[in-house]
Amino acid sequence: MKNVLEVRNVEKYYGNKSNLTKAIDNISFKVQEGEFVGIMGASGSGKTTLLNCISTIDRVTSGNIIINGTDITKLKGNKLNKFRREELGFIFQDFNLLDTLTAYENIALALTIQRVNPKEIKERIETVSEKLGIKEILKKYPYQVSGGQKQRIASARAIITNPKLVLADEPTGALDSKSARQLLDSFENLNKNLNTTILMVTHDAFTASYADRILFIKDGKIFNELVKGSQSRKEFFEKIIEVVTLLGGELNDVI
Amino acid sequence: MMSFKLAFKNMKKNMKDYVIYFITLVLGVAIFYIFNSMDEQQAALDLSTSKQQIIELMIQVLGMVSVFVTLVLGFLIVYANNFLIKRRKKEFGLYMLLGMGRRNISVILLLETLLIGIFSLAVGLIVGIFGSQLMSILVAKLFEADMEEYRFIFSQAAMLKTIIYFAGIYLIVMILNLFTVAKYKLIDLLNAGKKNEKVILRNPVISVIIFIISIAVLGYAYYLAITGVTSPIADKFMTAIGLGVVGTFMFFYSLSGFALKLVQASKKIYLKDLNMFVLRQTNSKINTTVFSMSIICLLLFFTICIFSSAISLNNSLNAQLKEMNPADITITKPYNLPETYTSSNGKDTFNYTDEQRADSLVPIIDSLEKVGFDKSNFSDYVEISEYHVNGVTAKETLGPVLEGIAKDFPALELDYPETVIKLSDYNKLQKLYGRQEISLKDDEYAVVCNYDAMKSYRDTSLSMGTKLTIEGKEYKPAFSECINTVISISTQAMETGTIILPDEAVKEEWKYSMLLSGIYKGQTDEEKQAIENKIVDISSNGEAVNNVIFENMSAFTKITNYEASVGISATVTFIGLYLGITFLISSAAILALKELSDSSDNKERYKVLRRIGADEKMINSALFKQIAIFFMLPLFLAIIHSIFGMKVASIILSVFGKQDIFSSIIMTAVLIGAIYGGYFLATYYGSKNIIKEEN
Repeated sequence: MKNVLEVRNVEKYYGNKSNLTKAIDNISFKVQEGEFVGIMGASGSGKTTLLNCISTIDRVTSGNIIINGTDITKLKGNKLNKFRREELGFIFQDFNLLDTLTAYENIALALTIQRVNPKEIKERIETVSEKLGIKEILKKYPYQVSGGQKQRIASARAIITNPKLVLADEPTGALDSKSARQLLDSFENLNKNLNTTILMVTHDAFTASYADRILFIKDGKIFNELVKGSQSRKEFFEKIIEVVTLLGGELNDVI
Repeated sequence: MMSFKLAFKNMKKNMKDYVIYFITLVLGVAIFYIFNSMDEQQAALDLSTSKQQIIELMIQVLGMVSVFVTLVLGFLIVYANNFLIKRRKKEFGLYMLLGMGRRNISVILLLETLLIGIFSLAVGLIVGIFGSQLMSILVAKLFEADMEEYRFIFSQAAMLKTIIYFAGIYLIVMILNLFTVAKYKLIDLLNAGKKNEKVILRNPVISVIIFIISIAVLGYAYYLAITGVTSPIADKFMTAIGLGVVGTFMFFYSLSGFALKLVQASKKIYLKDLNMFVLRQTNSKINTTVFSMSIICLLLFFTICIFSSAISLNNSLNAQLKEMNPADITITKPYNLPETYTSSNGKDTFNYTDEQRADSLVPIIDSLEKVGFDKSNFSDYVEISEYHVNGVTAKETLGPVLEGIAKDFPALELDYPETVIKLSDYNKLQKLYGRQEISLKDDEYAVVCNYDAMKSYRDTSLSMGTKLTIEGKEYKPAFSECINTVISISTQAMETGTIILPDEAVKEEWKYSMLLSGIYKGQTDEEKQAIENKIVDISSNGEAVNNVIFENMSAFTKITNYEASVGISATVTFIGLYLGITFLISSAAILALKELSDSSDNKERYKVLRRIGADEKMINSALFKQIAIFFMLPLFLAIIHSIFGMKVASIILSVFGKQDIFSSIIMTAVLIGAIYGGYFLATYYGSKNIIKEEN
């Protein structure tokens, strides 16, 4: 299997000499094509910083991040933007939809930025929205639809460009449990049927249980790794809870 | 002290929002000071008495305009302040949550207004004082005065006036702020930050319909403006203005919905880069600012009209002066005065003395000698007679066009006899003026006229071959149009019509008036002025402005004509500049404030765009397009309004002769470009700064 993402000895420091904070302390891991990987950790553990570094929003202090054969720590300026729009897809906790645009336009925007031929756009949006079950709400504005629907619109926007890697930052964080389940079902569907590679950051054990493999981060380091393998989701979920208990701290309170 | 610290820190923190507001206040103060410091400008220059009188009048007019300007600036400041306060609800909510009372918040706001007020007044006055030095150069140039020695100009009166007026405005702002704070509820304040921005959507079909109606309404208003308007009080003019205002509102109400529909129809444009985003942003922005956009559009329209009319008036006055004054003096005197004279309304009766009656029988040149003005003062002069001839009234000369002329000139007395002069007299006079002489056959007549509105009627009548009958003999027009020259010197092209007849057609007993035009002896301006002074000395009222009345004579002199004209030019130019600049900064400032605050509200949206891969170039271009559309739309409609508005203005201003529209348009464009363009660029760079991602 091909590696879509390789994180090599990545470190990220904040502050100055007298007051240095290591947000990420020498982390390395790999994600293969078609994998659904979760990253868990308490607030302040460095998981969001790690995601920001992978998503090229933040820069690493040292180490390399290789996505689909390109070392993104070496990219700059417009090349970085080009890489971001062509290789990556983003899903955020608070959806980040543009509220002046309809659902259809929000999804289309990801394509127009890539200067995709206008004739192609309609067809592609229809295909994706069918898979995510949002065909009926394409003409609506974000404020007219539910949270779960918003997140599915955001997911459609993330995957319509056929990115090598989809990065999801607490995608269920702002959703009720029913919507969360629906969303995760569609993630699973994307992952299994379209072979989309997903890297998801969460602190919710239930959400994490949909992943194939989970990396636990504590104080900027990888603390543990769980692989689902042939276990059922329920079994995997219980395993996760065990690690979370072991990790202690805030993460425990959240569940 | 705590409140003061907070107020000061808030100002610093909100600098991004406040900087344009502050600059606008400073500009407002400075302009107000400059145009009110005219009294000192006058004192600093070496001016003749008549020029000083003109400036005095101008100062009075500018003082009245100042009241209006204060109103406009007052509204601007109240609006802008209100707008900035609204953006800080969350901050006030936090203060209240921490236990601060409404009273404390009011104190903070009061202090802030005070600080900004004092700062802007101080800086504005400094800018104004330096600006007025530049202004004095303009004043000197307009009044053709020498600025031999430079004097620093400072007007205490203007400073006091500025401080009082602006302190008044700031006081109103403070009181309004108190009311605003009193209405606040904590829960609303805290939720204000949560962006529950109203997305105003309009039904696209209705938008399209309203848009079409608005175009029709505007079109009809334009049509009224260019067809029927001859005076600013005419019904049609008012209807046109009213329809224009309504049409403008409807235009902005429906425009974005219509435009959206239009662009969406073209997938190629709509689905390109960030166009979709730009359009949607603009759409929602215009929908929430219909009122301001319309007001700004109308303000810009007035600015363009006022300013370009002022300049074109100025140009045409100056251009005409030379043409209208081929001699140094024209004196007229009635011939053969009756014993009593009853004024036209029949109320006043004058009795002429025997001496006056006797004087009215002698030529002007003899009367002049009698009052001590020797003919040796003239290097050359011509005296002619004017006649009233039976059968030569407007009714006859303008026979075929009577209906139109009665409508355009309701005050014209059609039965009143026209002024007639003899061909030989006419040629003598034109020779003196250095103009072409004419010849007439014994059954021909000609007409002199240079007043545009009248000339077109006379030309029509002449080209139709209108015949005159005098004592049974018919006369036909020698030329198909009027001769464009002057009989009497004047400030403007005001010759409404003088009929020239062959000498034999005119009898001496018809003579009613005499006219003398002369050229002063002397080559230099000083020598001419010395002779002019003699005229002033002998005139009964001691003035040389326009009508010099000695005995029965009234005079126009080239020098007074020039000075009067300069006065009109200068007054008009200053009013144009004053109002134009005030309107421009007001409208540009409102747009800039709205746009900047939108940019900080939309920071998140730009972040999203970045995340989904839009590069900086794309984002900046989207931002530029948005701001450009927002700034250009009202200007665009205002320019279209102005094309028709100027048409009306030039009809109204035709009293002052032909208008040189072209150069005035260029000047107006430069002014708008400088002020409006400046605000536009400042807004773009400010917004770019705001949406920049901090790392």
